[in-house]
Amino acid sequence: MTDRPDFVTPVGQSVERADGRLKLSGQAEFTGDLRIPAMLYAAVLHSPYARALIRSIDTAAAAKLDGVVAILTGADLHDTDPYYGHALRDRPIVAIDQVRFAGEPVAVVAAESQAAAERAVYHIDVDYEPLPPAVTVDAALRPAAPLVHDEAARPGSAHGLGKLPERDGNICYSYALRRGPVDDLFADAAVVVEGEYEFPAVYQYAMETHTTIASWHGGELTLWSSCQHPFLVRQEIASLFALPVDQVQIIVPFLGGGFGSKSYTKMEPLTAAIARKAGRPVRILNAVHESMITTRRHNMVCRMRTAAAADGTLLARDCEAWLDTGAYADNGPRVTATAGDAAPGPYRWQAIQVAAHCVYTNTSPAGSYRAFGATHLQWVGESQVDEVARRLSMDRLEIRRKNLLRPGEEVRPGGKPLDADLIGDVEKAASGIGWGTASPADPAREAAATKRRGRGVSVGLLAAGAHPVSMATVRMGPDGAVTVLVGTTELGQGARTVMAQIAAAALLMRPDRVLVRGTDTRYTPYDRSTGASRSTTVAGLAVQRAAEQVLDSLLETASVRLEAPRDLLTASDGAVRDPGGRSMTYAELVRARFGFDGGELIGHGRVQPEGGTGSYAEGPVFWEVCVGAAEVEVDTESGVVTVLRTSTVADVGKAINPQLVARQDEGATLQGIGNALFEEMHFADDGGLQNDTLLGYRVPAFADVPASMVCAIVENGDGPGPFGAKGCGEGALAAIPAAIVNALADAGVPMNKLPLTPERVWRRIQELKSVEVEQ
Amino acid sequence: MTVSVSATVNGSPFAGEVPAEELLLDFLRDRLGLTGVRQSCEVEVCGVCTVLVDGQPVSSCCYLAADVDGRSVETIEGLAGSEFHQRAVDSFLRHAAVQCGFCTPGMVLTAKALRQRGITSRDAIAVAMNGNLCRCTGYGSILDSLCELLAAPASAGEAGAS
Repeated sequence: MTDRPDFVTPVGQSVERADGRLKLSGQAEFTGDLRIPAMLYAAVLHSPYARALIRSIDTAAAAKLDGVVAILTGADLHDTDPYYGHALRDRPIVAIDQVRFAGEPVAVVAAESQAAAERAVYHIDVDYEPLPPAVTVDAALRPAAPLVHDEAARPGSAHGLGKLPERDGNICYSYALRRGPVDDLFADAAVVVEGEYEFPAVYQYAMETHTTIASWHGGELTLWSSCQHPFLVRQEIASLFALPVDQVQIIVPFLGGGFGSKSYTKMEPLTAAIARKAGRPVRILNAVHESMITTRRHNMVCRMRTAAAADGTLLARDCEAWLDTGAYADNGPRVTATAGDAAPGPYRWQAIQVAAHCVYTNTSPAGSYRAFGATHLQWVGESQVDEVARRLSMDRLEIRRKNLLRPGEEVRPGGKPLDADLIGDVEKAASGIGWGTASPADPAREAAATKRRGRGVSVGLLAAGAHPVSMATVRMGPDGAVTVLVGTTELGQGARTVMAQIAAAALLMRPDRVLVRGTDTRYTPYDRSTGASRSTTVAGLAVQRAAEQVLDSLLETASVRLEAPRDLLTASDGAVRDPGGRSMTYAELVRARFGFDGGELIGHGRVQPEGGTGSYAEGPVFWEVCVGAAEVEVDTESGVVTVLRTSTVADVGKAINPQLVARQDEGATLQGIGNALFEEMHFADDGGLQNDTLLGYRVPAFADVPASMVCAIVENGDGPGPFGAKGCGEGALAAIPAAIVNALADAGVPMNKLPLTPERVWRRIQELKSVEVEQ
Repeated sequence: MTVSVSATVNGSPFAGEVPAEELLLDFLRDRLGLTGVRQSCEVEVCGVCTVLVDGQPVSSCCYLAADVDGRSVETIEGLAGSEFHQRAVDSFLRHAAVQCGFCTPGMVLTAKALRQRGITSRDAIAVAMNGNLCRCTGYGSILDSLCELLAAPASAGEAGAS
């Protein structure tokens, strides 16, 4: 089969976003834009205490207020098993007898208006018995620390981490890697670098807050929700309310960003429970301060040491990390395991020892945020590699060339070998900021003696793809137009556009005749999740297979109608031709097949673990490359760090839509700048979140864009997805903070705590000065 | 307490009683169904709720509906179809400057106000847009598209529409 010369496959083209015009005219519907008949509005009463017993809740006064229809408290949950959680089933739908973090929902009011619901919340009287909380990892690990959970641990479903261990104090999960004689290598090494490091709690800040509408009818439940993983939510909700899975319907409109904050189950159980009690549809639309205590990124403390030989050969790495998952585990165990995988970095170690622990504290729950685990530890490991190079007076690219894994080498014992060219990638990233050339002169800056510049690179890997189970259906109607049913959530990444391109490429037709809609779990085939950079690779492959089935049917019909053997037929640009030049369009073929202007061709595609169970240990689906470079300038008088240039490498196998790939890296770069320089959630000693609005929590704005931000797309066709593609979008977020930390060290200010706020950097500069004086 | 408000919204007259404490954001979204106006930070930082009041961009999350009495309000729904909007659509799509799209209407409306002020340089645009946050794109593509959009000479149609 050869293509018609004037038909260009849509794969590899930056075709226009399918949802762009809708979004630019304000017509794209998000969950908060929907109005369901008879819908009520909810307000949540949050605990003021980080740890307390609830002696009693009096809702009588609130219930009498105008417009109030129902109030839900823990006492309403006697007829279900009210605990949920992806990794550990540890979280009640609403607080039952006790609270474990400041902000935990204690009651929910449903009323005729948002104002009435919010007013009523103030009239609920709760009698608390405050208890001392464990707010930090340090406090939670002390021998006599209060236990955040004292009930027996119960595993959640589908977390993919095998048998979860018993809880050990406040440690709810630990992950370990061990290979080779670590202690011997450290004892004999020419160079040993060691340190203690801290990473802050940060908030994903999707612009759209978590929003859910629940509606019960005839014992069945419909949820409209801003969720990334509707099929996993369906499973948890069905389990919570003891419903068959197919009696829970989840409809996903457009999402106003996700970045992991809308992964797994968030506000859905609470919304479903209050709607059940009210007997009417109810909406919960979080305010920002509510979404900030719904989920966040884990803060982390770690100790790491690296041993190297005098010739720069990296010998051994030893790391122990503690990730603060807050009061409920959510996805914390997987975040912890991924952090453990990221700790060694992609080098040829003779020995490694990693222990990563997931720790409960009395703070708001932490879960997924883009590039989790890798963002936590890549900057730590990469700063140690740079320090080894510095002590040995070795070039920082050279030490990486010498030690980086090559394609096919083992990354993690028992896991998938390396499937990317890391040396090529890191060289590309370095050249993106002009590595090896003088920094472009800026007279205004050069004049100031207080400014110092530095450059850094970083390289890492992220286990991507999650559990490889996705299904898709492709339908072609009698007009030759195609609808793709696939469960990927459109959260801004351009999934609907890319899925249309994949289907169109497989069908040899134009992508503007292919429609991809949002998920409705009642009709859309199963897809495990939208996250872990998996959609293009895993769900995209299912779409490609489904589309190929439809093409197969078209060719079969054409063979009969054109009376030509199938292998002599050519499909291109929406038509099938025979060698004699006769052709039939797809629309004509569908109509011919059914004998009238109706019917449709349907193809099904399926991706499932090929051999093995597809478990986390056997994975990942692919290794996502986290490679970047940065040039920074630090003002030694003020401690202000400015990122001048960044460069990232999207090693994607095949870019289905190059423009969308670049946007992924650029967006992740800005988030990386925010995570590295200023984003930090502050919990007070009593466990309350102090900066819970954008007035106190800053996210990157236009002013933070580096003067130069480049993204190199690498296409080696080495991905397991359609057309050799593999996912992207997370790696840059792990790479950029690490590159910034290394660039700042290159400018003379090595740091071991993020974010790099002016005050922290300034204090470090003073410390370094006093060390110089003493010497 | 209610107050009477008489205003022009997207070219159509509105006259009626609104609660004194009602925010412009809720007035536009809940009363008039103009859901292209979005809610996020509620503290006048993120810019997703931006609308134009007498041509000036305001954060409707911190602006009372009562205060639009006697004024003219424009949302993305009102801008849609204008020549400026059409050029903004083309430019944003060419640069792939839309991702989740939640912030996009506010971006386009702020750009309209910058157009009126004649702001055209990349640096000035970046400063003027600092009150519109986007968590998806990394801003570079939006800047590229705004530079193109705001630097183009005004056409006869656009001048008439403003």
